[in-house]
Amino acid sequence: MTLTLNGEPRSFDGPAHLQALVTSLGLDPRKVAVERNLEIVPRALYAATPIAEGDRIEIVHFIGGG
Amino acid sequence: MDSPTDIAAKPALAPSADTWTVAGRPFTSRLIVGTGKYKDYAQNAAAADAAGAEIVTVALRRVNLSDPSQPMLADYVKPDRFTYLPNTAGCFTGEDAVRTLRLAREAGGWSLVKLEVLSDPKHLYPDMEETLRALKMLVRDGFDVMVYCSDDPVYARKLEDAGAAAIMPLGAPIGSGLGIQNRVGIRLIIEAAKVPVIVDAGVGTASDATIAMELGCDGVLMNTAIAEAKDPVRMGRAMKHAVIAGREAYLAGRMPKKRYADPSSPLAGLI
Repeated sequence: MTLTLNGEPRSFDGPAHLQALVTSLGLDPRKVAVERNLEIVPRALYAATPIAEGDRIEIVHFIGGG
Repeated sequence: MDSPTDIAAKPALAPSADTWTVAGRPFTSRLIVGTGKYKDYAQNAAAADAAGAEIVTVALRRVNLSDPSQPMLADYVKPDRFTYLPNTAGCFTGEDAVRTLRLAREAGGWSLVKLEVLSDPKHLYPDMEETLRALKMLVRDGFDVMVYCSDDPVYARKLEDAGAAAIMPLGAPIGSGLGIQNRVGIRLIIEAAKVPVIVDAGVGTASDATIAMELGCDGVLMNTAIAEAKDPVRMGRAMKHAVIAGREAYLAGRMPKKRYADPSSPLAGLI
């Protein structure tokens, strides 16, 4: 399926839930926050949150800033 | 003159007694530092440490998916050591700010946040109308909001009435290092506020931080003054002392200014 991931189109063929997506990207779920179609997904619900063709996913974390 | 024994017998000047509190959380350090513009996160952590900071501001951005192994802020400036204060830098509307801080709350669990809604990239002055609107949205959503604002006492009052946890007027434009430009405005804000007042932005060197503290504010927030010093770790240390000096001078109460000289040695008994 094709997702819009952090603003870029990206294909993903793993199990269709957020936990699999975050893990497949090499990210530590404890250090990021995820938005699916403009709704924040609580970390505890990643495995229970399905992803589907065309979903817009944002994955963010903290960086340095003033 | 005091003998060493006399000095030891006096009650120690306990800096821990002079704490300040924001949204029910007590802090000892009155210097909040940013985490942007450093050479790397290791230097950033060393400078924050030298500054004695307990709170650091952080930004929320997209993860770089092309290189997920790149260094992460949290591995250097550790959230168990520093209180993270997520900001809304780069947000130009209330909706952007609320979206960013909701994500920050999910990423770190923090409800204490810094709101800044900017206007023109040339001066980065806050858009106060939009800032006030965003503040009301965030307060309804349960956030404790420290608000970056102009040095206008009228808007500062409106922010406090809307539930701001702290008022953070600029000393000068962000990143300019021009020092405290409007002492009257900041003093009026301090005198009227019942929540902490933090001078945020504009400090260029140690004396600027001291001036801010001498005005009676509760703390100073800075980033570029430390990050863009030739030696950021040393400047972090300088700022720590500057903030303490200004605070102590404020508490001590300065002497009145006089129009003419007044000799320090008595004239009586002159030979």
